[in-house]
Amino acid sequence: MQITVSVRRYNPQDKETPSYWQEYSLEVEETSSVLDSLIKIREEEDGSLALRCSCRSAICGSCAMRINGHAKLACNTKVSDVAEDGGTIKVEPAGVMPVIKDLVVDQTLFWDKVKQVSPWLQPEGEEPEAEYLAPNSDMTHLAGVMACIMCGACVSDCTVLEMDPNFIGPAALAKAYRFAADPRDDQDASRLAALSEYGGVWDCTRCYECVEVCPKGVAPMDRIMALRDRAMEAGYTNNNGARHTDAFEASVSHSGRLNELTLPIKSFGVLNLPAQMSMAPVAIRALMRRKIPPIIHKSVPGVKNVRRLVESVKEEQQDEQAAG
Amino acid sequence: MLEHDVLVVGAGLAGMRAALAAHQSGANVAIISKVHPVRSHSNAAQGGINAALTDRGDNWEDHAFDTIKGSDYLGDQDAIEYMCTEAGPELIDLEHMGVIFNRDDEGRLGTRAFGGQQRARTFFVADFTGQAILHVLYEQLMKADVRVYEEWFVLELIVEEGECCGVIAMEIATGSVFVIRAKSVILCTGGLGRLFEPSTNALIVTGDGIALAYQVGAPVMDMEMVQYHPTTLKGSGVLITEGARGEGAHLLNKDGERFMQRYAPNMMELASRDVVSRSEQTEIDEGRGIDGCVLLDCRHLGEDLIAERLSQILEIGMDFAGVDIRKEPIPIQPGMHYIMGGIKTDMDGRTIVPGLYAAGECANVSVHGGNRLGANSLLDTVVFGHRSGRHAADWANGKAYRDLNVDDYVDGKEKEFSDLFSRQTDERWSQIRLDLGKAMDRYMGVYRDEEGMQSLLAMLPGFRERFAQASLQDKGRVFNTDLIFTLELGFMLDCAESIVLGGIERKESRGAHSRTDYPNRDDENWLKHVLVTRTDDGPEVSQLPVTITKWQPEERKY
Repeated sequence: MQITVSVRRYNPQDKETPSYWQEYSLEVEETSSVLDSLIKIREEEDGSLALRCSCRSAICGSCAMRINGHAKLACNTKVSDVAEDGGTIKVEPAGVMPVIKDLVVDQTLFWDKVKQVSPWLQPEGEEPEAEYLAPNSDMTHLAGVMACIMCGACVSDCTVLEMDPNFIGPAALAKAYRFAADPRDDQDASRLAALSEYGGVWDCTRCYECVEVCPKGVAPMDRIMALRDRAMEAGYTNNNGARHTDAFEASVSHSGRLNELTLPIKSFGVLNLPAQMSMAPVAIRALMRRKIPPIIHKSVPGVKNVRRLVESVKEEQQDEQAAG
Repeated sequence: MLEHDVLVVGAGLAGMRAALAAHQSGANVAIISKVHPVRSHSNAAQGGINAALTDRGDNWEDHAFDTIKGSDYLGDQDAIEYMCTEAGPELIDLEHMGVIFNRDDEGRLGTRAFGGQQRARTFFVADFTGQAILHVLYEQLMKADVRVYEEWFVLELIVEEGECCGVIAMEIATGSVFVIRAKSVILCTGGLGRLFEPSTNALIVTGDGIALAYQVGAPVMDMEMVQYHPTTLKGSGVLITEGARGEGAHLLNKDGERFMQRYAPNMMELASRDVVSRSEQTEIDEGRGIDGCVLLDCRHLGEDLIAERLSQILEIGMDFAGVDIRKEPIPIQPGMHYIMGGIKTDMDGRTIVPGLYAAGECANVSVHGGNRLGANSLLDTVVFGHRSGRHAADWANGKAYRDLNVDDYVDGKEKEFSDLFSRQTDERWSQIRLDLGKAMDRYMGVYRDEEGMQSLLAMLPGFRERFAQASLQDKGRVFNTDLIFTLELGFMLDCAESIVLGGIERKESRGAHSRTDYPNRDDENWLKHVLVTRTDDGPEVSQLPVTITKWQPEERKY
């Protein structure tokens, strides 16, 4: 099929020219990947095009880039899935990380965040002579997370990292989960404490982007949510995120809907006066524009049904926990 | 001045294991790698790692025998004994570091069957064992805070007064050339797969370390032993793990026959790789293939097993062949996969050049001989990576750094670069590499003969001439991949020379070296290693006896 590949070029050695789009027209097989196309361009047409790639089979994690606006591995993205015959594919470097040249980004930020979660197994006590015993189900569960190839697609498209570089981010948090959920690791408490701080698990906005773009099905956001549960269970509840979760649950279980008036107050902590004060300008602006929630919070009709639902969900969770 | 007691070139399993061992020995160690460590090709090892654990009723001697038989008696038995006795402790070390090996019902490490072995002794993480170990070794590297020169490309080894004392290297992000001084250097650069077209190997696998050592006069050994893996995808050469057959998948010809019953009635699909690849090639050559392929049938394994143990293969089938392996057989063919040959080392990883060590696929301590068993490569990397790291650290201990004239080395390279950058021709690395790769596949593939190999040898000067003319389209220094690929092609040409010369020299069929003009193994004349050494007068071919401890050569049947 005939396609046009439009590549976002950037050469730091050419100080005059900012980044620009360059179009390449080429003929490719139906089964070709976007990477095949880029390699064809590099080998046959333009040797100055810079990109990282190696394995061609979605295991080395080198070729994460934005294809038609979303982070993907170029090697396992079929041309025919992103363009029609005669169509155009837009290829850009991964987001969030600074560009070195063309499609090559500087991943220092990515690895700094990984290093931040002490990403190595930390067992306590004496090492056994043979292997640690562990259930196969735990290991296969962890395999779903270890499948992460550190390509950085999730970091590229993380909507929080785009705004707040302090966020540990999806890949590193998934990595943290891999240790927190490993039965051989004994540092759960210190790991969960650190992850409950600013920049940690509570800073995820649950936008789902990382789950969507992950080429290996690691589902980083689901791991972040699992870490939240574990952190709360372990008693790390003295933070906005955990309080917000509790307030949310309390409000819905009580009245069947959110009490938006008390939610922020409870989330910051009732006694956290500086934080409460900082909300005042927002509250005043809301009041002026008549967007204040009702002062008297009423239950939804049939709230009993909601409460029954909440109860049955809780029972289910308890059964699951008891089952292991 | 950049300097380290021990400098490891390459950051796959062998390199990282070597670096950790040197670090544990108290050496100041660094790794230099042209890609980030987790991008290394060890990633691609899918099936597992072999070890005979005594508490499972297995023993290292059985493992050693299977390895020796697999090697077609070309492996050195002292090295094989060492590897097989160390396998258990190394495996347990990896588990303690955090590798999430699959378990059995009792929570102990679980095994799967692999080719060429009498019992199941392959330990695994689903079908991405290499990746799972590679990432854990990198975790350990981060923990130990070992310096990594990430995306630095080694241009040349520095040898003064006969001793290796550092490297000249280029930082890819800037294109700047540096000298890194070292008391010992360990080459762990992996194989040379891209010298063949197609190959299962990643694009970075270009024989750099083998050529670097060859260029400074270290002999390479048994380079003719090139493994063609039985199950690779047509065209792209993407690998389908042997684990698929280990889990029970069948090989079928166009008539739906399980043809392995005619070639290896006992082991069937799980005979040694050389045997299976030859059988497939014969089926294809005799007209019982389909479009140059035979079929790998996983359907009867069931969706659950495929989902849990062959998940990556399921993905690869869909992504790269458009085949759902749960529903239809997938067309496969033998494809270049591994080089048993490499830089000749002793069991401590020493090459002939003092201070220069090698481990992993680029080395040949000769545990694989004429044919490597599946899941012995990961074992080789950790066992000999570990040992060479320790010995390289011992060598460096108490030694002083050599005074080097850094500017001379850097200026020399800059001069070469300016010549290369100023060339204006239509010749480029890409076309030369493709032509070379196809020629290698044609004449050094599953079957070989004198005529073909001689014609390939005669083609090499032509490739060298074209290489000397090759020019760059990227004239900048920042992240210039055009330059990297050109430099790699130079390494590949050196490797090609030793492979062809080795192949012509060995006048018999043994392991992966199947000559139609000498179809039988000839123990009387060829129970020997073939060495190729570069000298001032060109390459020199020599022979060395194989070390036999207690297993005398026997006829090899599966």
